[in-house]
Amino acid sequence: MVTDRPDERKTTYREAMREALREALRADDRVFLMGEDVGRYGGCFGVSLGLLEEFGPERIRDTPLSESAFVGAGIGAALNGMRPIVEIMTVNFSLLALDQILNNAATLLHMSGGQLPVPLVIRMTTGAGRQLAAQHSHSLEGWYAHIPGIRVLAPATIEDARHMLAPALNDPDPVLIFEHGSLYNATGELAPRTTPVDLDHAAIRRPGTAVSLITYGGSLPKALTAADALAADGIDAEVVDLRTLRPLDDAAIAASVARTHRAVVIDEAWRSGSLAAEVSARIAEDSLYELDAPVERVCSAEVPIPYARLLEQAALPQTADIVAAAHRAVD
Amino acid sequence: MTPVRGTRKRKATIGATEAARAEHRGELLHAMLRIRRFEERCVELYSAAKIRGFVHLYIGEEAVAVGVNEALTAEDAVVSTYREHGHALARGLPAEAVMAEMYGKATGCSGGRGGSMHLFDTGRRFYGGNAIVAGGLPLAAGLALADRMRGHFRVTCCFFGDGAYAEGEFHETANLAALWGLPLLFVCENNLYAMGTALQRHEAQTDLALRAASYGMAAWAVDGMDVEAVERAARRATESIRGGGGPRFLEIRTYRFRAHSMYDPDRYRDKAEIEQWKTRDPIARLTDRMREDAEPVEAKLAEIERRITEEIDAAVDAAERAPEEPVGNLLRYVTSAPSEVR
Ligand SMILES: Cc1ncc(C[n+]2csc(CCOP(=O)(O)OP(=O)(O)O)c2C)c(N)n1
Repeated sequence: MVTDRPDERKTTYREAMREALREALRADDRVFLMGEDVGRYGGCFGVSLGLLEEFGPERIRDTPLSESAFVGAGIGAALNGMRPIVEIMTVNFSLLALDQILNNAATLLHMSGGQLPVPLVIRMTTGAGRQLAAQHSHSLEGWYAHIPGIRVLAPATIEDARHMLAPALNDPDPVLIFEHGSLYNATGELAPRTTPVDLDHAAIRRPGTAVSLITYGGSLPKALTAADALAADGIDAEVVDLRTLRPLDDAAIAASVARTHRAVVIDEAWRSGSLAAEVSARIAEDSLYELDAPVERVCSAEVPIPYARLLEQAALPQTADIVAAAHRAVD
Repeated sequence: MTPVRGTRKRKATIGATEAARAEHRGELLHAMLRIRRFEERCVELYSAAKIRGFVHLYIGEEAVAVGVNEALTAEDAVVSTYREHGHALARGLPAEAVMAEMYGKATGCSGGRGGSMHLFDTGRRFYGGNAIVAGGLPLAAGLALADRMRGHFRVTCCFFGDGAYAEGEFHETANLAALWGLPLLFVCENNLYAMGTALQRHEAQTDLALRAASYGMAAWAVDGMDVEAVERAARRATESIRGGGGPRFLEIRTYRFRAHSMYDPDRYRDKAEIEQWKTRDPIARLTDRMREDAEPVEAKLAEIERRITEEIDAAVDAAERAPEEPVGNLLRYVTSAPSEVR
């Protein structure tokens, strides 16, 4: 689609992800995509639609409902020279493969004294907001961020959806990519890139001086909307997109807090033992004397995510909650 | 014993074959005794607190690793369990590297980070050393899948126990391997116990080959106390896998003479049962057969024992003198980068 800048084109997060997959499959014949319904169905979120026709069933490989076996097979194939991209429908089902991810993918390099790097990419959706009830709505990426030996990515923008996959595949270690289900239809401009996305550093999505809104993934659009609302109230909020949940970019967090002296951490996971808890602890460790107010956290209610729309929305962090938390920090 | 009589008959006419067979039996004997003596030394070293952690001995099951390994080439891959000293040694890992790993030394085959349960040697395509029961099975499917996708005609062999058979991972992997026609050899070491739980108390169908066959792969049971029988079955299986026949399953009926681990008081087994199985010791059975065939066992045995003692003495000596991995290297190998950010 033509836009006012000819080098930009309108696309969706879903198409950006698919474009990244297509590019990876074309660039390296060791790359293949494997998972439930990635082939004939076109991906249960439509991400891999059309790839089967282009690359064939060997490389766009439908699997049985066997999360443990096909994630483990991805690990074995990675050990044996391939560059698999394994798709798990949602993080909820990844728990059936948690043993393979934690006890094998994250651990083999170390247990083998450096002999067995696992160059594997695992993609899955996460998050709530589509009234899918508890077993399809949880945000467990923070659990994975707990594990040494893996990298955890949360692309929140179309650009990251398009450009994070290539460096993830170049990483010699396992990389988990969490795609928030509510982002797939996000539409925006995508400029061509010549340099790879930086997986080591957080991104400042909006600079500001009054308060740091620190977030990632599906909560980024909410934080940006909140920042607009705060601007209308005369509060200049900075929005930090963590984008890599492990390893965390401590320096970026500390630098932002040093600029604003106030922090609100937004995380769709439950507050107890969450990534928000980790970020808050690091602010306490690194930036306590920079703070002019206690750290605020906006997380999901401590309840399995309900089906009913009103209940679901009440359980999730909302823009209004972020705005209110920022006001508490600033006022 | 009919097979013996049959071979005797041939003796007069094809002496070269007889000699080759005698030599091969000597190798099998050496390989089995090497594992047994290595582990017996481990017991001593464990009592002396030189080796720590969980140590699971393979004594009694040596014919499985040795017989199966005969059918594998250096190109093939092996995926193993926590009871893997036998698999590792049969695969050709130097006793020195394995012993140093038991000591947790820097020169160990996993740099001291794995210990008894996590032996690895990528150069020998030995992919460990997995202490999660059945956790290695999906991994083996992936190794085999990569071979198939890249056009390598080699086999991945995965060892696991009868206990692992009950895990979903076995069934998921068996389905996947058969569905995709993967070059995977399942070697189920049925030693009749999963720790303290007897087979008939953990499996509804105790004929494991029968149930494996239901996935659409050829599967058969083998006498695991007879190294030559194991070798024959493994050759038959790997030949059909190499011919593109897809996965094969061997249920190898064996027995461990020792407790599950060094911590296990072994209260769940009848002493008479253990003694009964000891009469089928695979090492004694092979030497008996060699004697029956008038092969020069005693001289061979003495020579084998001498070489093994020498090798293990040297391994222990080297492990004793090997350096510890410096604590400064604690964060090495968490990721491929030198050290991870916090
Ligand atoms: C997933 C898992 N569950 C339980 C254990 C504890 N465990 C270690 S060995 C073992 C028995 C396994 O028996 P089997 O597979 O028959 O192997 P064997 O020890 O007989 O060689 C158990 C229950 C484990 N290590 N992993």
